[in-house]
Amino acid sequence: MAAASSPVRGKTAPGKAQNAPSNGASFSTEEELAALRTMLLIRRFEEKAGQMYGMGLIGGFCHLYIGQEAVVTGVRMAAVEGDQTIASYRDHGHMLACGMDPKSVMAELTGRKSGASKGKGGSMHMFSKAANFYGGHGIVGAQVPLGSGLAFANLYRGNGKICFTYLGDGAANQGQVYESFNMAELWKLPVVYIIENNRYAMGTSVSRSSALTDFSKRGQSFNIPGEQVDGMDVRAVKAAAGRAAEWCRGGKGPIILEMQTYRYRGHSMSDPAKYRSKDEVQKMREEHDPIEQVRARLLANKQASEDDLKKIDAEVRAIVAEAAEFAPHEPEPEPAELWTDVLA
Amino acid sequence: MATNILMPALSPTMEQGRLAKWLKKEGDAVRSGDVIAEIETDKATMEVEAIDDGTLAKILVPDGTDNVAVNTPIAVIAAEGEDAGSVKAPAAATPARGGANGGEAPVARAETAPTPPPVSTAVINEPAKDLRAKDLPPEIPEGTAMVTQSVREALRDAMAEEMRRDGSVFVIGEEVAEYEGAYKVTQGLLQEFGPHRVVDTPITEHGFAGLGIGAAFAGLRPIVEFMTFNFAMQAMDQIINSAAKTRYMSGGQMECPIVFRGPNGAAARVAAQHSQDYAAWYSHIPGLKVVVPYTAADAKGLLKSAIRDPNPVIFLENEILYGHKFEVPKLEDFLVPIGKARIARAGKDVTIVSFGIGMVYALKAAEELEHEGVSAEVVDLRTIRPMDSATIIQSVKKTGHCVTVEEGWPQSGVSAEIIAKIMEEAFDYLDAPVVRICGKDVPMPYAANLEKLALPNAEEVVAAAKAVLYR
Repeated sequence: MAAASSPVRGKTAPGKAQNAPSNGASFSTEEELAALRTMLLIRRFEEKAGQMYGMGLIGGFCHLYIGQEAVVTGVRMAAVEGDQTIASYRDHGHMLACGMDPKSVMAELTGRKSGASKGKGGSMHMFSKAANFYGGHGIVGAQVPLGSGLAFANLYRGNGKICFTYLGDGAANQGQVYESFNMAELWKLPVVYIIENNRYAMGTSVSRSSALTDFSKRGQSFNIPGEQVDGMDVRAVKAAAGRAAEWCRGGKGPIILEMQTYRYRGHSMSDPAKYRSKDEVQKMREEHDPIEQVRARLLANKQASEDDLKKIDAEVRAIVAEAAEFAPHEPEPEPAELWTDVLA
Repeated sequence: MATNILMPALSPTMEQGRLAKWLKKEGDAVRSGDVIAEIETDKATMEVEAIDDGTLAKILVPDGTDNVAVNTPIAVIAAEGEDAGSVKAPAAATPARGGANGGEAPVARAETAPTPPPVSTAVINEPAKDLRAKDLPPEIPEGTAMVTQSVREALRDAMAEEMRRDGSVFVIGEEVAEYEGAYKVTQGLLQEFGPHRVVDTPITEHGFAGLGIGAAFAGLRPIVEFMTFNFAMQAMDQIINSAAKTRYMSGGQMECPIVFRGPNGAAARVAAQHSQDYAAWYSHIPGLKVVVPYTAADAKGLLKSAIRDPNPVIFLENEILYGHKFEVPKLEDFLVPIGKARIARAGKDVTIVSFGIGMVYALKAAEELEHEGVSAEVVDLRTIRPMDSATIIQSVKKTGHCVTVEEGWPQSGVSAEIIAKIMEEAFDYLDAPVVRICGKDVPMPYAANLEKLALPNAEEVVAAAKAVLYR
């Protein structure tokens, strides 16, 4: 019943979201430019992180967000001050979109003392209380009960805030996700579950891993409504996130947004991505790139000139270059830091 | 043929209960399935049904009798046509010995004499002699008035006091609210604090453990009850990867002030999947504190400290100890510091180190050793992580001999850690190698005799103490 009464059901055609028009979702010039800046920052930052990984400046696992930028960018545009964000290990974009300093994120990637986690967390484990960003979690699906708990705290305090909890199509098959769905609906927790369906859980395509590939329906047995969204169109993302946030803030409980998106790079730096064709990737880049869509609209609607866009690009590149210059030259953590922060 | 109605057991660990009320009187006709009486323990109430058609010929245990042992005949039903007046009582119904202090006193099992009682009941049947005035730990000021309380009541009071003190403290778990706790530890909390702060969950350990941790990240202070720690295995990833490590991984930014509590270790006759001591498991993990109280006073004072602690605390209780009664100080705000052991009994010849229910074996052994002229010092660790090795080392330096006692398995166990610490810090003071008395290295068997063999007992501890003393 709850699913049927959801205000967001049927706003986009299920299963056809990739080609669906982003109805009900238009942006002002300011919104287009803001989205462009954030997405560009994430894109350039991730490209730089990839290069630095290749140079041996970043170690361990490193999961890039390139291709998926519209998801977190659009969702953040619908958030208000105090709303929380929690994500998986593919988290660099989320931190930048939440307003964390690119220098502190890059310095964490290079394992330096000025990193967001003082060099102790790395790519997958970064946090910022100031930015209401609750991690960066390395165990697939673990952030889902945690995000539900953040929402529980919001409800407990009656503060009207909501928690945006991100998970991938791979995590969507973890048991604890459904334990969370059940409790969230039972207690009407203010949580938006954002399933970033980038089509591959590491090397396993959705069709090879999921009995029900429409992830927006994964809450049906708990009466949690859901919506499939064109996750490559930042306007559609923001509109859907806005409806979802309104649903949550209205005390109606959790809601699921399946963001249909695509990662251009491998699962992690060490993944050659042989499980899909180059053509498939090329087609997504050429026809659906979230950043190119905004650029094209800005130019076509004469909301910005080529020069304006070049200027934005240069500004973003400067921010990323500064972070990339800063991060490898910062000192490593003091040896004494080995023993701190274990207990309060 | 007359049929005896026996005092039933409400749980595997129940040994006695109160015959609250007879609903039929002598001479009444009863049919099989009729409810004839109500019985209670501090944990639960239950109706007693007639098991045969006939006449309630004799009531052997009157209304309001306390401490009626399980399997004691409480009434006799005369068969139809039988003369109710001529029916004889099978044996005198004896209320269990011991009152407030001997909560779990031994009783004759009239109908089951040939069956050996399960070891855990056999061993814990000593009345608690702990916390005599002279043994008071330093956190209890001299002259403090004491009140006799079960461990169960002490735990509940600790939670209630902390919930009154701090609005961010809440209890969450299976059956904690309306049912008042599967083991009745959260009795009365829903009534006082309401469903907002006493939250019943679905059966979903991994989920609610993670949800509690998320709430703690946001600054609340959850008390997460596991119905037993056996079920917390489902939540192990969240406890270790999320609760224990996030402060470190965030460079100290994130806090996780959470308590995971519930019964741990063997109960009685519940076999391998429900009888396991997790003290060693959790004590392996940096970022966790691990507390295992034995007395009611420690249960109360340590739980209050755990709730106020800014770190995740694993608080391991014991089902068998829930009903044990001890003296608890009557103080407005009684706190026991985490990480401090307690000398439960002073001695000079041999140190016995234990914790939790292992203390039952340790103290009993110390008493028996005293009869044999051996003065044993018993150290109750109370906290397993951080371990108060200073107190252990100090005692071992004094006695030169040491035995450790735990119900957990030997390999990589708490005893193994204690022994390593003694070797590192007091090797030259030892007059003999340390001996550990642990649970046997097998899954817990169901059969009563095998279960008894699998658990430690006081005799083993006595023998070990004599062995290290070369007696």
